[in-house]
Order: sequence, then structure tokens, then C-alpha cells
Amino acid sequence: MRRLCKGNVAVIKGAILAGCRAFYGYPITPASEITEAAALYLPQVGGTFLQAESEVAAINMVYGAAAAGVRVMSASSGPGLSLMQEGISYLAGAELPCVIVDVMRGGPGLGNIAPEQSDYFATVKGGGHGNYRNFVLAPASVQEMAELTMLAFELADKYRNPAIVLADGFVGQMMESLDLEFREAIVPEKPWSVKGTPETRQNLVSSIYLEPDDLEQHQRRMEAKYIRAQQSETLFEQYETDDAELLLVGFGIVSRVLRSAVEQARKQGWKVGLFRPITLWPYPSKELASIVAGAESVLVVELSNGQMLEDVQLAVGSNKPVAFYGRVGGNVPSVEEILEQIEKQMSVRV
Amino acid sequence: MDTVMEGEALEMADETTSSPTEQHAGSNGYEVVHSKSPVFYDIYERKSELKHQTHYCPGCGHGVAHKLIAEAIEDLGLQDKTIFVSPVGCSVFAYYYFDVGNVQVAHGRAPAAATGLKRACPEKLVLAYQGDGDLAAIGTAEIIHAANRGEKITVFFVNNAIYGMTGGQMAPTTLVGQKSTTSPWGRRPANEGFPLHMSELLSTLEAPVYIERVALSDNKNIMRARRAIRKALENQRDNLGFSFVEILSPCPTIWGKDPVDARRWVAEQMIPSFPLNVFRDRKLELPPDSAPPQRPVSEVLEIRKEGVRGLSAPHPHGFEQLAIKLAGFGGQGVLLLGQLLAEMGMREGLEVSWLPSYGPEMRSGSAHCHVCLSTQRIGSPLVSRPQVLVAMSEIALRKFAPQVAPEGLILYSGDKLPEDLALPTANVISVPASRIADKLGSAKATNIVMLGAMLAETNCLTRESALKVLEAKVKDCALLEIDRLALAAGWEFVNHQAYAGAVAQADGFAY
Repeated sequence: MRRLCKGNVAVIKGAILAGCRAFYGYPITPASEITEAAALYLPQVGGTFLQAESEVAAINMVYGAAAAGVRVMSASSGPGLSLMQEGISYLAGAELPCVIVDVMRGGPGLGNIAPEQSDYFATVKGGGHGNYRNFVLAPASVQEMAELTMLAFELADKYRNPAIVLADGFVGQMMESLDLEFREAIVPEKPWSVKGTPETRQNLVSSIYLEPDDLEQHQRRMEAKYIRAQQSETLFEQYETDDAELLLVGFGIVSRVLRSAVEQARKQGWKVGLFRPITLWPYPSKELASIVAGAESVLVVELSNGQMLEDVQLAVGSNKPVAFYGRVGGNVPSVEEILEQIEKQMSVRV
Repeated sequence: MDTVMEGEALEMADETTSSPTEQHAGSNGYEVVHSKSPVFYDIYERKSELKHQTHYCPGCGHGVAHKLIAEAIEDLGLQDKTIFVSPVGCSVFAYYYFDVGNVQVAHGRAPAAATGLKRACPEKLVLAYQGDGDLAAIGTAEIIHAANRGEKITVFFVNNAIYGMTGGQMAPTTLVGQKSTTSPWGRRPANEGFPLHMSELLSTLEAPVYIERVALSDNKNIMRARRAIRKALENQRDNLGFSFVEILSPCPTIWGKDPVDARRWVAEQMIPSFPLNVFRDRKLELPPDSAPPQRPVSEVLEIRKEGVRGLSAPHPHGFEQLAIKLAGFGGQGVLLLGQLLAEMGMREGLEVSWLPSYGPEMRSGSAHCHVCLSTQRIGSPLVSRPQVLVAMSEIALRKFAPQVAPEGLILYSGDKLPEDLALPTANVISVPASRIADKLGSAKATNIVMLGAMLAETNCLTRESALKVLEAKVKDCALLEIDRLALAAGWEFVNHQAYAGAVAQADGFAY
């Protein structure tokens, strides 16, 4: 049944439903309610919650728990994510599944606590050292904060890889109705884990492959699973794209503003549609390319200087103009502002 | 020298791969026993061409420390239960030797990873093995906090006063005057400070149950180390708490000494700077724990079937989408008022969103929130052109009134509008809400007076659902009664009092 719930709290509700029973975190605005909800709920359902001394420690506690095979997560915002990047690289290298939620705020440095989408590169393109990928899922509502957290656990286990839920300050802080159904979580067997049992005694969790050939082979195997994921795990949403002449592209909170803008623009007779990637990695490039085929131009909107823009440009190619409109510093464009941009694009075209 | 070179002892033991234990009759009647604990693998596959050698240098202390740990695990019968956390440093490859569950972790983070492992596997034996750079430099925070939490793990800290694996750089435990590749004139306290005494430092904490410093300098001290290692593992087996053994250990290669001189250097140079001692050996007395009771997931997460339902007869809302902005000071209940509206809307079967201003300003800072009520999926939850503005302060009124949509409504909590403020396109109602709330007995109810006024004026949601939501949210009976009266008073004020600048619309809601 529906309940009014904050986005950050919905993350933990989804996580617990997904069978997550360990959370290690460190407070940071605007992600702290995730840690607080974990502190409140997990110990009541037989789970472990610990406030770590730093994000560095938190992500390594996640590493330890993941090595033991439990569904485990952490959550933070940009500055904390930066501190976790070392650990995420180790988790990816050791092929350990875990979920990390990044409720993005303004950067660089301390920046501010208002929403930005400027951790796209840091999560989608890597962030830590070495050849690896993170799954990156971008919720745009409270309901999706729960559902995409649940999906993140499934992908993490299926591919033995970190999965990041990339939200922003608004989606984390807002309240909407949340409709969750109880069902028993199915956590897969993890025969590779180290649990202190006779069956797992021979197991080793490590990211070291000192011989070049061994490390190359390890990376080739990781690469193969990333290709598999790219072929089968992309998610996106489209709205009014069938006859769209101008295709808007945005994720997370921006996609909500764009949706309203499309509604308004359609009332004015402008043929505008919306493409919203839900998985930022793997990016739904093929789907975008096929939807954009019917449009004449593209407008990418982000709370950044243009980070996802590069993936859109790669998917669209050089045949169609791709314009960009970005707000930074914690400013979120209003619907009116986007309508102005749409008008500008439509008139450029005419 | 009459002691066995322990780093080599491990290698010598390796030669007996066909059988773990072989005995040879010595020429003088003694029996020489070469044994290898079954906790070690038979063959070390570190490098395929050197299967019977360890990767440690001759005379290295790691071999002895490994052997003592392996024998202790064997004697305690805990091989199947052991999880060995290996660090970055020369002992990074400990998993090539120990036939136990192995987890290799990032530089300095072994205590954090061990924390995650131990809490996932509380019945198992989790031990972390770290060098001085790992534990006392890059991992200082992790070891102090793991110790301070009293993690029920065992940490072996191998201190050889130098970075071995990276080729002889200064460690936090490098002695005053000791040369290294990064302290070429010797460690100068004026530049690099003094050696860090981790055992003493950790002994200032309450939680650890056992802290001892031992040395691999001679047989007598090695036997003391053997006892300390055992005790530290037994403590964990017995669930007593955090145990820490610092092991002063020779590094002949980097020190530029032969194995015999290296041991002498441990005795003559290291021990005076790092005195051997039992710093802590006691039972931990904890205050009574207040762990919460266990409850079913569906109950904890409030996703029971009998959750909130919409009204049986949906209220004719008269709008597709209503965008509301509520603004004032922190502490006035502005955010709560928005939440009440969202909750009411949800109970009336609408799509709702509530988006707050958030941040470090709590009381007396500015606070506002955006609420959308809609019969359709809500696009932007940001309200940039509010159809209704509830302004709880003059500052909020001045700031947000210009945003209000044409023909929109402004509800202002105040006796009358500031005279210099012209709002030609909006309907404005001033409600002396705080005076009304004061009269009812609590200024806290000011926001509920405004709620009553808003419902009376807009008819966007019902008083019935407002009462239901208040009953669900307000636990204090006296306050709930005041809120009921406040809701009614706000309603009455709008329906029966004269007010400036607007006339109630006869056809209900039309904004």
C-alpha cells in the first residue's frame, strides 16, 4: 500500500526487501537519511549497521562483508564518493558485489549541498584506478529510489560487480508515495565467498594478479562480462517520442522537469519528446540511436557542464545536431526555462 | 649462532613436501624435528619455478611470524574457521602460505575489511596481518577505530621500522637517526617527528582486551611471541574482544645486514625504542546493551497489507494539478505543513510530491517546500509558478509572491499585507494565524490555522482527511486537540471574517 516516504528512506526500504543485511556509512548531506534509516531499520531485522570513521573505512567494511557473501551497501554524496573510489576499484578488481548510493550535490571540492549531476564521470566512466565499470542506475522518483536499489543488488550479484545508484539531492530529499510489496528476497548462493567454513577454505578474494598475463586474462574476463551487461541490462524510458522532431535527453530529477516541459510544449503544438536513460552504465546507446532516428535534433539537459552529453553524442553520431543546456551550482532549471530552450531549438531548426 | 634462522626455517620445512613431518636421528643422539603445520600449504606457488621457497628473504621475520600463527591456528583446531586478511606490503602474499580462507585488501584497510568480515561471520576467526607502513601510516584511522569499537578480531602488527616491499622508505616506526631511502640523513625528529608507538597509543583506548609487544630477536623472545599470538587468537575464539600483538621483526635485506646482525639490531636498537610489554590484558566490562527487538521485515518497513488506503468516495478535487509553495522560517512548521498536504492528497487518491529546501539551517533560517497534487503522474516536483503560496513570514511573502501564477492565491500569515507590497494579479488573504493559534493555547498550531484557511478557500482537499492525517501524525493528545481547533478556526476565519483583497469563489476551486 502507498505510504508517503522520503527518497533517501526508500533506498533502505528497497535494500532490506532485496535482502541487504549490512550497511556501513558515514554522514553527509544530502545523503544522511539513508544512513539514518539503515541505523533504524537494519538492527531490527537481524542486520548490521555501523557508522564508520570515514568513507574510506566504510567502503572497506563493505569490501569485507561482500567478501563474506552478504548483501551489503553504503551511501554518500560527492565528497564521500571521492574517498570511496579507491575501495570501489578494489571491489571491482576482486569482483565483489555491493551497492553504493551517491546522492549527488554540488562540486568540486566542498561545493554545496544542492543538487548537481556532476558525478556522472566519476561513476559512469570510472573514478578509481584501473579498467573497470560500475553499474550506474539513475532514479527519478521515490518509488525508483527503492526499486532501482533492489535492481542494483540483483545486477551486482549477477555480475559480481559494484552497482551505483546515482541520485541527486532533490530525489533524495523529496517525499512521494511509495508502494512496496513484501516478498522474500532471493539472495543467490556465492560459492566463491570466504565465510570461515570448510567449503570456502580454499577461496581467495583478491585483486592482485602480479604476472602480466594473469592480469590481462583477469581483465579480459571482466571485459566479457561488461559486454554481456551492455547487451542485456540497459533500461530507459521514452515519452512522446513517436513523432518528436526535437528529442530531449535527461536523467534523474532533470527528466522530471523535461517531462513537464514536453507536456507544455505539446500544448503549444511543438513536437517534442523525451528520452530518459535509467541505466547510465550500461548506457542505452542503441535504443537512443534508434529513437533519435525519427527526430531532427537533440537537446541534452543536465545539472553539469555536459557529462552525459558525451554519451549522447557517441550514440547519436554526427548526423544530427546535439545541443546542450546545463545548470550547475545547485540550480535546477524550471519548466519555463526549458520551454525557452525548446523554443530556441525549434526556431533554430526552422 | 645457536638459533635456527626462522625465515629459513620455513623454507627448510618446505623441503619436506612429501610428508609434513619427518624426523631425522641426529648424530649426537638428539632428534631434529622439521615440521610444517598443516595450516600451511604443502607447496608455495608464488612463482612456478620456485615452488619450495617462500618469497621472503633469508632471515626475514615474516617467516617466523607466519609459522607461529599457523601453529597456533592448528593447535586451536580453527583452520576451517579462519579468515586471514592480508595487507599491502611484503606480507601481501600471505595467502600463498596459509591454507585458510583468504581475503586480500587495500593498503591500510585491513581492520575495516576485517570489521565487515567479522560482523558478517561473528562465529569465525578473523585475523588481520599488517606491516608498519600499512597499519601505522596509511591505516592509522582504521586501526584506532577498529580497536576503539572493540571489534572482536585479532591484529598482528609486524613492525620492522622500514618499508620493505617498496624498497626501503621511511616508516612511521623508523628509529631516530635510522637511514632510509626517504630519510637519507637518518630520521630527523625536527623534520619527520618521532617513531610512532602503536601499542602504547592503542593502550589509551578502553575497548581492547589484549595488547602486547613482542620481538623476534632471539629464541626466548620468539617463545614469548608464540604465547602472545596464541593468546590473541584464543581471546577471539572466546569472544573476548579486540586483541593486538605488535611483533618487532628483522628486515635484513633492507637494513643491509646479514640475518644474525639483523636480529642483534632488533635486540639492541629496536627494543630500547619499542620496549616489550603486556600493555593490556583484561576482561572488557560493557554496560548493558540496548539492542532493539527483532521484528518481521514487513512490520519494520511498514508495508503491511492494511496500510493507508484512499477514501472510498474520492473527493472531486476540481483540478488536474495543483502546485503549492509553502514558505517561512525554520521552526514554523512550514515543511510539516507541506507534508500534511502531501499525505492528505495521497489518502485522497492523488499523486503527490513534497520537495523541501534542505540544509544546515534549521531554526530561524528560511524554510520552504514545494507540494504538487495531481490526478496524473507528476513531472517536475519543483514549483516555479505556484498556484497557491502559503507565506508564513513577510520575508517569505516578499520573496515568493512575485512567482505566483496569474489568478493564483496567496495566503499570508499576518494581520495585514505590508502596505508597499502591490500584488495586482493574485488573490491575497491575510490570516492572523499566530494570534489565533496563541489564543488556542499554542503558537505551534499557527501552521494548522493556515491549513484550515487554505482548505476553506481552495476546497482542494477535505477537512476530513486533514483530521485523519493529524490524528495519525500528532501523538500528543493535548496538542492534537489544539490542532483540531486551529484547523476549524482557520476554516472559520476564511468563511466568516472580512479579509483584504479577495472574495471567496463561489464555485469552489478555480485557480
